[in-house]
Amino acid sequence: MILDGKCPTGPIEKSWDNHCFNMKLVNPANKRKFKVIMVGTGLAGGAGAATLGELGYNVEAYCYQDSSRRAHSIAAQGGINAAKNYHNDGDSVFRLFYDTIKGGDFRAREADVWRLAQVSNNIIDQCVAQGVPFAREYSGLLANRSFGGAQVSRTFYARGQTGQQLLLGAYQALARQVKAGTVKLKPRTEMLDLVVVDGVAKGITYRDLTTGEIKSSWADAVVLATGGYVNVFYLSTNAMGCSVTAAWKATKKGAFMANPCYTQIHPTCIPQSGEHQSKLTLMSESLRNDGRCWVPKRKEDCEKAPGDIPEDDRDYYLERKYPSFGNLAPRDIASRAAKEVCDEGRGVGPGKRGVYLDYQSAIERVGEDTIRERYGNLFDMYEKITDENAYKQPMRIYPAPHYSMGGLWVDYNCMTNVPGLFAIGEANFSVHGANRLGASALMQGLADGYFAIPNTISNYLAGVKPGEVTDEHPEFAKSREDVQARIDKILNVKGKRSVSSFHRELGKIMWENVGMARSKESLTKALEAIPALREEFWQNVNVTGDSSGRNGQLEDAGRIADFLEFAEVMTTDALHREESCGGHFRTEHQTEDGEAMRDDENFTYVAAWEYKGEGKAPELHKEPLKFENVKLAVRSYK
Amino acid sequence: MNLTLYVWRQNGPEDKGKLEQYEAKNVSPDSSFLEMLDEVNEELIEKGTDPIEFDNDCREGICGTCGCVVNGQPHGPQEQTTACQLHMRQFSDGDTLTLEPWRASAFPIIKDLAVDRSAMDNIIESGGYTSAYTGEVGEANQTLISKPDADYAMDAAECIGCGACVAACPNGSAMLFTSAKVAQLATLPQGKIEAAERVNGMTEAMLNAGFGNCSNHYECEASCPKGVSVKFIAKLNREYLKALPK
Ligand SMILES: Cc1cc2nc3c(=O)[nH]c(=O)nc-3n(C[C@H](O)[C@H](O)[C@H](O)COP(=O)(O)OP(=O)(O)OC[C@H]3O[C@@H](n4cnc5c(N)ncnc54)[C@H](O)[C@@H]3O)c2cc1C
Ligand code: FES
Repeated sequence: MILDGKCPTGPIEKSWDNHCFNMKLVNPANKRKFKVIMVGTGLAGGAGAATLGELGYNVEAYCYQDSSRRAHSIAAQGGINAAKNYHNDGDSVFRLFYDTIKGGDFRAREADVWRLAQVSNNIIDQCVAQGVPFAREYSGLLANRSFGGAQVSRTFYARGQTGQQLLLGAYQALARQVKAGTVKLKPRTEMLDLVVVDGVAKGITYRDLTTGEIKSSWADAVVLATGGYVNVFYLSTNAMGCSVTAAWKATKKGAFMANPCYTQIHPTCIPQSGEHQSKLTLMSESLRNDGRCWVPKRKEDCEKAPGDIPEDDRDYYLERKYPSFGNLAPRDIASRAAKEVCDEGRGVGPGKRGVYLDYQSAIERVGEDTIRERYGNLFDMYEKITDENAYKQPMRIYPAPHYSMGGLWVDYNCMTNVPGLFAIGEANFSVHGANRLGASALMQGLADGYFAIPNTISNYLAGVKPGEVTDEHPEFAKSREDVQARIDKILNVKGKRSVSSFHRELGKIMWENVGMARSKESLTKALEAIPALREEFWQNVNVTGDSSGRNGQLEDAGRIADFLEFAEVMTTDALHREESCGGHFRTEHQTEDGEAMRDDENFTYVAAWEYKGEGKAPELHKEPLKFENVKLAVRSYK
Repeated sequence: MNLTLYVWRQNGPEDKGKLEQYEAKNVSPDSSFLEMLDEVNEELIEKGTDPIEFDNDCREGICGTCGCVVNGQPHGPQEQTTACQLHMRQFSDGDTLTLEPWRASAFPIIKDLAVDRSAMDNIIESGGYTSAYTGEVGEANQTLISKPDADYAMDAAECIGCGACVAACPNGSAMLFTSAKVAQLATLPQGKIEAAERVNGMTEAMLNAGFGNCSNHYECEASCPKGVSVKFIAKLNREYLKALPK
């Protein structure tokens, strides 16, 4: 099937405004009759639920954490982009649009990216009005910094915890709606099924994570804002509870999963220290503003203390390979470069899987105090984890799984191919193409939540009779039975291996074969290993306790079971995409100097996969991508 | 290293609960406190015992989900560090650790080390926001905010809502938590308009939820993983006085 993104036509500059005008509206007096379910209260879901509540819809918002303030968005450090051009350095909506399309290696939809760039400025206005304490200059004006993949200074930040402050802004807006009675929060719940009636999304089934009860809730529209899936790699920068579960349950009910092979490996994370490790910690990309990446020129020097390696014996590999962007090269490029030097045996630290990120010259230039003001909390965090002082010796960093560009396929209105089911934020695939630029996920979450979904959902709801299907419908009872049956199945295995041992093993398979560099051989190997591991899971997993109350093992087991299914689709997508683009690097497709080689003639499309049942190959649907405002070009940062 | 743990086990809010003894063996000094608990749990699962339930998510010290009292100190012995960021090199081989949940009348225990902190959300819902409708706002740089004010607001906004301050306070007070939000918003021009309503609403919600009052022990500040200062409690009190009917 050829998919249609239903993008507006005409001049791109007017596309979002015209589209808003053309959308059907719901009469203000009728809005409260419509019930909307928002799954997720991160930047996308929190902003979306709050705004839909303000508009007068009757909203229910779900999250698995104990409070809507704790969604994984809280961990974002570096900042959020906007095209304000406060620095008069040549920025504009068009430049942000262009940078994002190019940064995504020409694999995103133009219209969606335009909207993102256009509303980026409204986001900053909105957050300031909410009392988000962005960094400021002595003049009282907002401060900006630069970020990877851009040559302008357009990133707004709140110390090293921008995500926290933006999320608390959305959380507070949500709290206001809770008080107003328009939003009901359902913390400590996990969505375990999408209820579809006659092909239309009409509600969800979820588990109350405190009491263990399986319940359903109906709605006139369901929005998934459930974040990304890179925990499929086990070790990642994501929070422990992040999973593909909600999106995967929707996939199993007919929603298409788009470009799942596009995953971002972030260049600056603290290297793994041992087998006990449960997650990897990101060191914000903003550190590359002042830090310089290097490794010893000679393998023999790798064991030496960094201070004993003279300037001439150091290879500042990013500056060498990409003179115009240098240490600010985009993430996919910086990560691959780090992997390359480590593969050559020139890595540093335990297992020689690490490179230096050095502040010495920045400290000499601007002084230790300025560096402390800029990155103090990151240096502290680094010291807590590694016991090393980065003011005195260079940090050691290594790439780690960080973000998923792929996700549920949605049209321009953020609606999936299942009518009534929407997806926003990291959970959808829409704007980052094959690689995301720094500080643009926060922008997307808030753009989708505050500005896109409140407009586009009315267009859908205007054609729906409110409350036509409720949880009296037999599909809801059936959904609850199915969910309970899967839980019972997990509990009845009573095998020998712990849940986390399966997760570790899956992570290893994915990291080694579907990670930073992929080949036909490695992907084929993964496609054999994943089903075998899945089978063992269902024969041999050991979950103690029962389902009648809180049971963390059971929650994890459900998530891993879904990852074990999803991983296969992700790998299939990577195998089918016979080109290298952005975060998807196929070793067969590279230039002589090791850069990614796209195949625009054959692969300028979105790959959307339809689930066909267990053990069956998923079916590929294509959405061709058209570039009318940006010329397809080789992406160069040299 | 090897450690002896005494862990509070309580199977649900109605259960009486008790301390159980476990051994944590061959712990790497580089592992985090929660990774140490993961390994203890793996062993319990192998033996068919229910693992220790504890809340956690980001494991980066920012989401505020984790937390337990370690040898009498919320989040353990290291200053300005959440339980998830505490690393085992802070302890020595042979140490004995007692792990208990946050204890406060406003935080009912759910299971083992996990407690219900929804009372803190209720405080925010009672005024901890500005009433800015989406889209109805002016240009961001139209209102200047001095850097010291912005920095002060950010110092207050550092709070991660973990509840350690409540657990540390002999009165089970949530004054530090409440004051941080009151101070952040009252300092910024965008929050000033609703300052009186906010401080009244939030303090009332705090008392209704069963949190105690502040009697200046300052245990909250000492236990706060983000170093939120008690000076914000003084600010809250000033805002409260300002809001009294004239
Ligand atoms: C360490 C780190 C640093 C980052 N730094 C930056 C940065 O500086 N700039 C930037 O732009 N981006 C950054 N990112 C990326 C960015 O933070 C995320 O992409 C973004 O916050 C995702 O927001 P979201 O709202 O889509 O999802 P999330 O914030 O992940 O929220 C997901 C929500 O869905 C809920 N949920 C999930 N599954 C279920 C289920 N089955 N049932 C019920 N609820 C469910 C969760 O409870 C949660 O509320 C960073 C990411 C990480 C990991
Ligand atoms: S788990 Fe997030 S603060 Fe500890």
